[in-house]
Amino acid sequence: MQPDLHPSDAPVGARPPLLAMQHVDKVFGRDVVALRDMDLEVGQGDFISLLGPSGCGKSTALRLIAGLSHPSSGSIRWARDRVDGDLSVVLQEPTLMPWATVAQNVFLPFRLQGRRFRAVRDEILEALKLVGLEKFQNAYPRELSGGMKMRVSIARALVTRPRLMLMDEPFAALDEITRFKLNNDILALREKIGCTVIFVTHSVFESVFLSDRIVVMAARPGRVIRELRVDEPYPRGEAFRTSAEYAAQCRAASEALKQAMGAHDEH
Amino acid sequence: MSIDADHGLQPATAGSGLVDAEELARLRRRRAERIGQWVLPALVVILTIIAWDRIVVWGGIPHYILPRPGLVAATLVEDWPLLFESLLVTLQITLGALAIAVLGGVGLAVLFTQSRWIEMSFFPYAVILQVTPIVSIAPLIFIYVDSKIAGLLICAWIVAFFPILSNTTLGLNSADHNLRDLFKVYGATRWQRLRFLQLPSALPYFLGGLRIAGGLSLIGAVVAEYVAGTGGIGSGLAFRILEAGYRLNIPRMFAALLLIALTGIVIFASLSFLSHMLLRKWHESAIKRET
Repeated sequence: MQPDLHPSDAPVGARPPLLAMQHVDKVFGRDVVALRDMDLEVGQGDFISLLGPSGCGKSTALRLIAGLSHPSSGSIRWARDRVDGDLSVVLQEPTLMPWATVAQNVFLPFRLQGRRFRAVRDEILEALKLVGLEKFQNAYPRELSGGMKMRVSIARALVTRPRLMLMDEPFAALDEITRFKLNNDILALREKIGCTVIFVTHSVFESVFLSDRIVVMAARPGRVIRELRVDEPYPRGEAFRTSAEYAAQCRAASEALKQAMGAHDEH
Repeated sequence: MSIDADHGLQPATAGSGLVDAEELARLRRRRAERIGQWVLPALVVILTIIAWDRIVVWGGIPHYILPRPGLVAATLVEDWPLLFESLLVTLQITLGALAIAVLGGVGLAVLFTQSRWIEMSFFPYAVILQVTPIVSIAPLIFIYVDSKIAGLLICAWIVAFFPILSNTTLGLNSADHNLRDLFKVYGATRWQRLRFLQLPSALPYFLGGLRIAGGLSLIGAVVAEYVAGTGGIGSGLAFRILEAGYRLNIPRMFAALLLIALTGIVIFASLSFLSHMLLRKWHESAIKRET
């Protein structure tokens, strides 16, 4: 599959559309409003972080985009029809099948498309190479550390070369050092395969480092209150992490988040 | 072995002369446990046999009330052709019932997980079959079923299938929710979800049920033989016990009993081995702790 437009090809906002959420509401039970009137235009090559306190509907939004549940009202439309392998997800847990080897786990999206292992072996090895685990293809998940399991999970998401990758707080359960490393890696991987990412996080630092758009959300009811741009060009490295620009962006995002936390409209 | 969690276990400096008393005690304890695991039960068996023998001799108990262990062994050898033939019959019923229990139990469990409605409708019947003592159902079965073998199989099956059904149902339903979501995102069909997610998730549960069912199918077979009660050629071990009891041939009763017990042990051990082989690579229950 041809990679979509590379992120650096056009500025944010001028990229061809990939997906649009319009006036999306989601209600749980009879009256719990998880998400209210959410609009989001996703352009090809965007790296969007959904940032907000717990209960702000960021994971709900991700599940709606993934098709795991449906909006109560409003619409989510792909710019061109979605086909097998267009969409992949990385969840907070590595979510590997414990009975299958690393290679078999990465094979899963292809297997569910009805393809044979032998036919896609090269893609699987390539994906494992991208996350630096080609030597562990025959290991079982229980033999790996938390960070390595998450890499397998990322390899599984990359293997079909998706147009859109959804990541739901993938590094929240990892230690700081591993998380920094994986943050760098995820950017490097995106440079290589050029896909669009929607990334759910509650870490200001992570969202600023990774994304070019930060959508700040508030809770009760879950809704979008602001969108920030991070104009620092990719590739971003350790130098960005220690720059004044980064610090300023983090301050801006923190303030937006603070505003989000204080912005309950109780009912 | 864990790939990046084993630093800490390497000797700090080889031959440094440092000795950790706690670690040494732990190693000693572990070695003693490993030996004790085999030696102790063997010792208990030997002591029991000796005590049994002494009680019979010193108490002057006649052999038609309690035979000496030596006599039981001699009877086992002497009656081997007869007992072996009966053993084969009992074994045939037991394994046949177990096979049907596996097919029926897993089949029903799969059906149950495909439809909540089917599960709600039929699960109560499975429970009723399970809680009603087989001895009270067996006479009815032998009235309505002409073939004795078929009757025996049905009885043993009723006793054995429930643990497989309930464990497999539990296992099929306990597939990781995140993995279920993932399968959904990747557009898995119902069949793919069953084949690649639910069945592997259920395997450890199924194997646990299978070990219980192995013992139960032997019990079911023996109980059914007692109820069926007809003798002659093609009778199982339970009938040999009944028959020997009528004739006050107590040594043969013991010999047949010994064979039934051994059969049960062999069934349990083989199923445990099967379970270990299938799970050893990935399941917690089959993985030895390293520290």
